[in-house]
Amino acid sequence: MLNPDSVGRTFEGAESVTVSQSEIDAFCAVLSVDNTTVAPPTFSIRITLEQSQEILSNPEIGLDWSRVVHGDQRFEIKRPIVAGDTFKCFSAIESYKVTAGNEIVTVRSDLHSAGQLVVSTWSTLVVRT
Amino acid sequence: MIEVGTILEEKTFYVDRVMLKAYADASGDQNPIHQNEEYALSVGLPNVIAHGMLTMALVGKFVTDWAGGSAAVKEFSGRFVKPVIVPVDQKVDLTVSGVVSEVDGEQIKIELSASSAGVTVLGMSKAVVVK
Repeated sequence: MLNPDSVGRTFEGAESVTVSQSEIDAFCAVLSVDNTTVAPPTFSIRITLEQSQEILSNPEIGLDWSRVVHGDQRFEIKRPIVAGDTFKCFSAIESYKVTAGNEIVTVRSDLHSAGQLVVSTWSTLVVRT
Repeated sequence: MIEVGTILEEKTFYVDRVMLKAYADASGDQNPIHQNEEYALSVGLPNVIAHGMLTMALVGKFVTDWAGGSAAVKEFSGRFVKPVIVPVDQKVDLTVSGVVSEVDGEQIKIELSASSAGVTVLGMSKAVVVK
């Protein structure tokens, strides 16, 4: 079970992540997107998935990623991601409830580059019990 | 002229295991339910399923093709209602449709829907674009 004390607190990723052009190219290639000068709108998941998993696997939070199903997803994009962006990820559990024995967790992750917010993402995760 | 009720021409994408592997590598999501049939069956799934975020990425492509590029999208959301089931050696459809629901100056809101094999897979999906 998730530690209720962790709800509402924001946790910062330990490392910065720099986006390369080859990562954007690979993501575009899957989707047959020809113009690779900026990343497609959902590209940020490449960074936030790993970062938020690392951040929220912290034992003091107690989120069990092995039983997580992705319920829904939202992005707010201040500007498109480009190669060379170096991001710090900040993740928070915005809401938490237990219904029908499942835990429903909303994780917000913000990506900041050079001190500016670039993308905010919200993932609703259902932890099957 | 774009106005409330303007329909985005429906488009069908095709998803296969090769695409799932490529998306796993491009996104970093190597969860075996998207690649390994034996594993998927062992956790109670009917077969290998596509990443929900791949479905969303393809719906995003539908939107950015219409809006004139990846930079156009300001907001994008969706709910993973049902999985896209991807049997071996098959190309399954992902059929995407959209309609303009709001126009506010430069900002256009689009209501989106995606289905596979006739079943809605992405619901409650919206995008806000600047075209």
